[in-house]
Amino acid sequence: MSSLKVLVPIKRVIDYTVKIRVLPGGKGVDTNVKHAMNPFDEIAIEAAVQLKEAKKASEVIAVSVGGAKSVETLRTALAMGADKAVHVETDADVQPLEVAKLLRAVADKEQPQVVILGKQAIDDDSAQTGQMLAGLLGWSQATFASKIEVEGDSLKVTREIDGGLETVRAKVPAVLTTDLRLNTPRFATLPNIMKAKKKPLAKLTPKDLGVDITPRLEILEVAEPPKRSGGRKVESVDDLIDKLKNEAKVI
Amino acid sequence: MRAAQALRALCISRLPRPVSDIFTSKPTSYLRAPHFQTTPYSTSSPQQKLAADMHPHIKRSTAFKSLDDADINHFKSFLEPSQVITDQSEVQPYNTDWMKKYRGQTVVVLRPKTTEEVQKIVRYCNEKKLAVCPQGGNTGLVGGSVPVFDEVVISLTLMNQVRSLDEVSGAFVADAGLVLETADNYLAERGFIFPLDLGAKGTATIGGNVATNAGGLRLLRYGSLHGTVLGLEVVLPDGTLFSNLSTLRKDNTGYDLKQLFIGAEGTLGIITGVSIMAPRRPNAVNVAVLALDSFELVQESFARAKRDLGEILSAFEFWDQAAAEVVHKYVSHVKNPFMEGDRPAPAFGVLIETSGSVKEHDDEKLSRFLESLMEDSIVTDGVVADSETQAKALWGVRESITEGLSRAGAAYKYDISMPVPKLYSAVEDMRERLASKGFFEQGRVARVVGFGHLGDGNLHLNIGGPQYDKEVAEAIEPYVFQWLKELDGSISAEHGLGLHKAEHLHYSKPDRMISIMKQIKDLFDPNGIMNPYKYLPKS
Repeated sequence: MSSLKVLVPIKRVIDYTVKIRVLPGGKGVDTNVKHAMNPFDEIAIEAAVQLKEAKKASEVIAVSVGGAKSVETLRTALAMGADKAVHVETDADVQPLEVAKLLRAVADKEQPQVVILGKQAIDDDSAQTGQMLAGLLGWSQATFASKIEVEGDSLKVTREIDGGLETVRAKVPAVLTTDLRLNTPRFATLPNIMKAKKKPLAKLTPKDLGVDITPRLEILEVAEPPKRSGGRKVESVDDLIDKLKNEAKVI
Repeated sequence: MRAAQALRALCISRLPRPVSDIFTSKPTSYLRAPHFQTTPYSTSSPQQKLAADMHPHIKRSTAFKSLDDADINHFKSFLEPSQVITDQSEVQPYNTDWMKKYRGQTVVVLRPKTTEEVQKIVRYCNEKKLAVCPQGGNTGLVGGSVPVFDEVVISLTLMNQVRSLDEVSGAFVADAGLVLETADNYLAERGFIFPLDLGAKGTATIGGNVATNAGGLRLLRYGSLHGTVLGLEVVLPDGTLFSNLSTLRKDNTGYDLKQLFIGAEGTLGIITGVSIMAPRRPNAVNVAVLALDSFELVQESFARAKRDLGEILSAFEFWDQAAAEVVHKYVSHVKNPFMEGDRPAPAFGVLIETSGSVKEHDDEKLSRFLESLMEDSIVTDGVVADSETQAKALWGVRESITEGLSRAGAAYKYDISMPVPKLYSAVEDMRERLASKGFFEQGRVARVVGFGHLGDGNLHLNIGGPQYDKEVAEAIEPYVFQWLKELDGSISAEHGLGLHKAEHLHYSKPDRMISIMKQIKDLFDPNGIMNPYKYLPKS
């Protein structure tokens, strides 16, 4: 079981540190800001590259569905250690089910044994794509992975769940989604960035893959969370106790 | 009641001399000698020496009045109770500097909220000849922000309002007590950037930055505060107001007096308002960290950066192997990308930041520049940040050096500038000198570290040891100052003079200039109450 081919879907999202601004009209957010690879996807690429370094995987393929700028994100994945990249180019707004269908088509072409995705994208927080993809492919799935071990023809995955940790064995082929504690993604080093420029990057369209990407969900409204009401300063501990008791009514 | 007492007991630390010694009158309700206990939570170590004891040649001036209850009552007549701090446990943090090197002996901290309150305080202190010590974020590194004796601390931290921002010109006006990071966040939300950045940004106040003419990480790009400050509001030592909060970019009408206050370290007046030119925030920021084998290669990479990155270069910092190792060992949350798996740090690290308006243009420029460095073997390795989170992590490697040195033990800090080619020889020379005296062997010196703003010719030379050691200090000073004098360098590139370097000013400035400075000081502050014992030499 040493020649696992790993497919890693990645998404270009608004950088996690940017302060999001809702556009007037309430239909979307200002996207004219800094973008980066979805942090959970970075963790997925790191996991795949680590499998390759441990000789458990033979090839890591990064794939991204998005507009022209997604190429930058794919180059980052290549600089982190992916061997080749696939860009499914579309400027349309694609939703999780459609993305899962596109990824199924890519998987049919590339024939990976393992697909590792981030558990959710930080822009829509859907957390559906990995699960739907597993369903469409009919593969086993282990989501919210915080540890991955290859054991024969299975993957032993420790999952982060509400009560703590759950360890499952998923027979290959399998779909995994990554959680925060799985690893710390590496920096792209200069020698690797330079090598990445020479790695293959294939372009496809949804039409090439025969997938209808018409959205089934319509965003009705986007709004900011309600503004926090101001805190107050108190002059003494007695005052604090009094306010907690009589105003906030929490003690 | 018990909760309050428990809370107070957590903060009490011990002073070596009873507070009552300082007063002429018998202490009454406000100034009764408190009961002391040492607890593990004291804000300064019980062994920490007083600044006055560390500099025994400085004597408390007999010209200054000693504080008494009448004075405290006067302050309370126009300030709220929470603005007059006399409880010794609460006063302690204001007496001690960030490095825990200097400890003063004030018994009262005043926290005005408005310029008028500052004026009232200063006018009264001038009349009564009470010495004062203005204080911002108290993050200075030369003992300039804490009292030496019982100078009344005037803390500006409650004066923290933004006054205005002109979104066309970028003129930003705010209270002096506004924290630097808060100012920058306010500007960031509106698409602007504060033209100053430094490691202490979360605590330092803009008034203090201006008073010390702070340099920081982006001087290379935005220039010095002498250029970016448009106007100031300063309370003069007699309590009158110097009101020059202009937002004009150009104004050649008379002597540019505000320049005197910039870098005067609170000795000519208390800055209460700052008007500064805020540039537009760059859309595209890139951060890269490089590994190099020698200081010559560091200089070569800098020369190339200026040539190939040109107008988009916004920071160029360097550090040596010893600095990287201190961070790796003592600041565990910061990861050095070249030290994965405990590999030794490269001989030198360089951080390059670019800031521009068009991402594609900057990415292209930076990528070509970095490739040329690799191809010509100027660097052995490098990493580029792919997200803001990674950019912050890389900056952390540089910004945590000071913190790492503090955690490692005692640090003798020197902030010097000299011609760039000679910059690192200061470190090598000092290492050799201390080694030849056997200090490394004896374990009295653990490391000699060099890092800083290469782009500005500014080296932070730090010598680290397990604790402050008089002989080691004497081997360093005045040797390092003499060394600098011979190169026409500066004994204080950006940290200022404060208490630490006041007596050494003659190493960098001729006597005639020092005597003119004293005349200016006497002109503004005839009673000498404004931050005394510092900045200018006594003799």
